[in-house]
Amino acid sequence: MIYYMAAAFLIAIGIYALMLKKNMIKMVIGLSLMDSGVNLLLISLGYINGGTAPILLNGVKPQEVVDPLPQALVLTNVVIGVSVTALALSVIIRVYKHYKTLNSDKVRDMKW
Amino acid sequence: MIKKSIALILIAILFVAIFFTLANDLPFGDNRTTTGVSDKYIYHGVNDTGASNLVTAIVVNYRGFDTLGEVTVLFVAATGVGAVLYNMGRPAGKKRKKTEASLIVRTGSRILFPMMLLFGAYIFVHGHLTPGGGFQGGAVIATAFLFKYVSDTRYHIDHNKFTATESVVGMTFALVGIMGLLLTGYFLFNFLPNGSPGELLSAGIIPIIYVAIGIKVGAELTGILDNMMEVEQ
Repeated sequence: MIYYMAAAFLIAIGIYALMLKKNMIKMVIGLSLMDSGVNLLLISLGYINGGTAPILLNGVKPQEVVDPLPQALVLTNVVIGVSVTALALSVIIRVYKHYKTLNSDKVRDMKW
Repeated sequence: MIKKSIALILIAILFVAIFFTLANDLPFGDNRTTTGVSDKYIYHGVNDTGASNLVTAIVVNYRGFDTLGEVTVLFVAATGVGAVLYNMGRPAGKKRKKTEASLIVRTGSRILFPMMLLFGAYIFVHGHLTPGGGFQGGAVIATAFLFKYVSDTRYHIDHNKFTATESVVGMTFALVGIMGLLLTGYFLFNFLPNGSPGELLSAGIIPIIYVAIGIKVGAELTGILDNMMEVEQ
């Protein structure tokens, strides 16, 4: 249950950073936090009481493992999250070089 | 100020909504795999694929096509980082920072660098037996190169070699898929024997694909790191 609370909390913090922060790096941090929250949510949805990791070695029975499907989806999602963060940060480096500011409002107001 | 308080109230409502919907409709730890697709993976995964790690069985065998797309996304992102940061690097041979790393960091990186590479290789070679796999092992390898960058201000990778490695292993992945198409009629179908589950050389094409993914992800993430570290201040 605490996992659900942590996941919802991470998503809320991420949305807070995206809505109210002006610094673009902080917005990317918010995006990344939301990503972690969604990953935690998916993983905890697949948990079964008393279940162990879905690796059928050393006598682990199929009846006693957790759901492997959300974990496979989250593995994909982590990689996509890394890609998005890297691309966003590199765009921010470019924007900073051009405008000499990280404030998204100021960037929006400026002319090319 | 008023904008901020409205936003905070909305976020609080969202938090409560997410949490209580989950807690009511999907109780934590409830058994939801008795029907549907997970059940098939859990009960038939080892027989179908030969991989003891069911997550690997799903990611590389059942949904190998997804993983090919995922690797493509990572490749496009690495290319995009290179394109966005093009022509922002410093002239060759110029130092990154004035300050050198301390003796402890330099000595530690010399000792730990090969071990980190070995650990990354271990993770992706044993992807079908133990927790981990190509993406995780590749991330560990990229961390080893980041360590090199941190400890040595003059260090930089040879981009051409990394690109060549990445292309070769990327083509290996596609080639394994095409061989499946030619030999069995399905793209990325397992055309090798499954072997006995639990051994290193088992699970058909999974170890080949995961080694390819591990090297590819390591090279790509190192390329991203290099692009970002080489930007002139």
